[in-house]
Amino acid sequence: MTDEAVLSVADLTVTIGTRRGAARAVAGVDWSVRAGQTLALVGESGSGKSMSVLAATGLAPRAARVTGDVRLLGTDLATLSAARRRRMRGRHVGFVFQDPMTSLNPVLTVGRQIGEASEAHLGLTRRAARARAIEMLELVGIPSAAERVDAYPHQLSGGMRQRAVIAMALVCEPDLLIADEPTTALDVTTQAQIVELVADLQRRLGTAVVWISHDLGVVAGLADTVAVMYGGRIVEQGAVDAVFAEPAHPYTAALLAARPDPDANVTELVTIPGTPPSPLELPEGCAFWPRCSVRGDSRCERELPPLVPVAAGHQVRTFYPRQPTGEDR
Amino acid sequence: MTGKSVATDAVAELTDLAVRFPTPAGVVRAVDGVSLKVRRGETLGLVGESGSGKSTTGLALLRLVEPTAGTVQVAGQDVTRWSRRRLRRLRRRVAMVFQDPQASLDPRHTVGASIAEPLAVHRLAASGAARRDRVAELLDLVGLRRDLAERHPHELSGGQRQRVGIARALAGEPDLIVLDEPIASLDLSVQAQIMNLLRGLQRELGLTYLFIAHDLAAVEHMSDRVAVMYLGRIVESGAPAQIWREPAHPYTAALLSAVPVADPPVQRSRQRIILAGDVPSPIDPPTGCRFRTRCPQARPDCAQTDPVLVEIGTGHEAACLFAGEAVRAMRAEPVNAPSP
Repeated sequence: MTDEAVLSVADLTVTIGTRRGAARAVAGVDWSVRAGQTLALVGESGSGKSMSVLAATGLAPRAARVTGDVRLLGTDLATLSAARRRRMRGRHVGFVFQDPMTSLNPVLTVGRQIGEASEAHLGLTRRAARARAIEMLELVGIPSAAERVDAYPHQLSGGMRQRAVIAMALVCEPDLLIADEPTTALDVTTQAQIVELVADLQRRLGTAVVWISHDLGVVAGLADTVAVMYGGRIVEQGAVDAVFAEPAHPYTAALLAARPDPDANVTELVTIPGTPPSPLELPEGCAFWPRCSVRGDSRCERELPPLVPVAAGHQVRTFYPRQPTGEDR
Repeated sequence: MTGKSVATDAVAELTDLAVRFPTPAGVVRAVDGVSLKVRRGETLGLVGESGSGKSTTGLALLRLVEPTAGTVQVAGQDVTRWSRRRLRRLRRRVAMVFQDPQASLDPRHTVGASIAEPLAVHRLAASGAARRDRVAELLDLVGLRRDLAERHPHELSGGQRQRVGIARALAGEPDLIVLDEPIASLDLSVQAQIMNLLRGLQRELGLTYLFIAHDLAAVEHMSDRVAVMYLGRIVESGAPAQIWREPAHPYTAALLSAVPVADPPVQRSRQRIILAGDVPSPIDPPTGCRFRTRCPQARPDCAQTDPVLVEIGTGHEAACLFAGEAVRAMRAEPVNAPSP
């Protein structure tokens, strides 16, 4: 089981029809995540990081056309009926989104909402489901769980709501947890609590985690592997230590350098000119070339660079990979 | 910071400011006794988490919220009781840049019209031609192409819209610009552009900023002095490097330790001070020290005495009965506070 991917995605492509034309949100993405491991998808707005995960789990919007091979626990999801796919997702995948209120029903108590999933997927009675909900609230560190189980979402703080959503996501002990910017709306001290909580639960339950984030610091602390996305494609992928220590793609390197570092006294921050491209207006060739500082020749403007290895388990999509310097940060 | 001469005269000064809002659940003490000075040519960074009162403090400087107690002084004048009419003059002296440029720009106006509006309000351009010239000049200053004056906000990227917001703020040549989370809603690659722009403009035009943000690394980078807020109070202030390396208040230390660092081995092995629970309600803040309910080093005295800011080093102040000592104890023996 440990060697087998919990979720794997191959050649995933998502095209969304809009009034302004077809948006290619995701193009030919491959990744996988194993039990007990965390894959982080990082990127800026419009990079396709969220869309690739939503599409893989069957939650893409109706207007989206999704192609590619997606396997959950070895099962090809395309071969299942919609109902069986939904059941499989409900039983094996938990979701945590940025805004806890998108997952919580404001008119039901958190206990009912946590309990519902275990009634539906584990066949618990209502009473057993309530006891299980209290247990889950304790597990995610909500004080006085036996009372809070009857609270409505609005009676909880932002951090507590996100904990309740995590309890809901994990109540069926899913094999996979999808966390889409789960701490972005939270304060840093609360963010630290939530990151610690998910890591701890993952160790105990052996859950595979796909964590979507734009925050490189958060990713540095929790990921085993990381995939950097830009313009709907993975531009760099590998073990988190290798990618952060020796970024081979000019985009990854620039992103890492763009954050102010209080320990280095710099006046001028490294910037990337322009803004991330819209999926409606992707340039030909390498999507990053209009903003790239090392763009060498017109080849970048015409040809899409392939994803090629630069080291064992470390791949990059550029014609001009940065040379490892040993201490480059 | 380095190579910048900061005159000591205050452009703006708050003294014992309190802002309270009545709500059905009780009176929210959003700001509860804040005194601060912004000196000409400097950037004062105001950092804190949600509910700390940092944004309300910024709004009070423009009298966009009414102070319940205390005084607001701008350019040496007490503006606390100024009438609505006189406030127009204040709002030329103090400009504001908001987090979400989408929300602060009128979607029906062109970029040029938005930038020209403060020029008209404050009667700063003698003719239409003078106004157009000034708009072009402001667009140059913030690094936007002049032809963007004809566009509408929705045709611009988030970073471009924030540049328009900054151009608008510059239009009246204010004494002080209050920047309220100016980079929070921007992509990472664009945040650095805006921070560089703001610092460049400051150097060029001698601007004074109050930079309000929850992002500690950004505040450290941008500021000459930093004030840390918690539950309506300033709990520590000083030079950014001082605060970053030797925080004296346990809350500052916890906040710093929670900021993730983009270096995997460092981030995985860092000593973190994970605070228990949430920020208490500003309706009913704890007695004594407001941080004591979450402080890993809280002692019996902390429930009795409400600590005031005291100087603990040159230009470094902290409001903690055990300033310095408590942080050293936390760092020597990292107390991972018990799960709430």
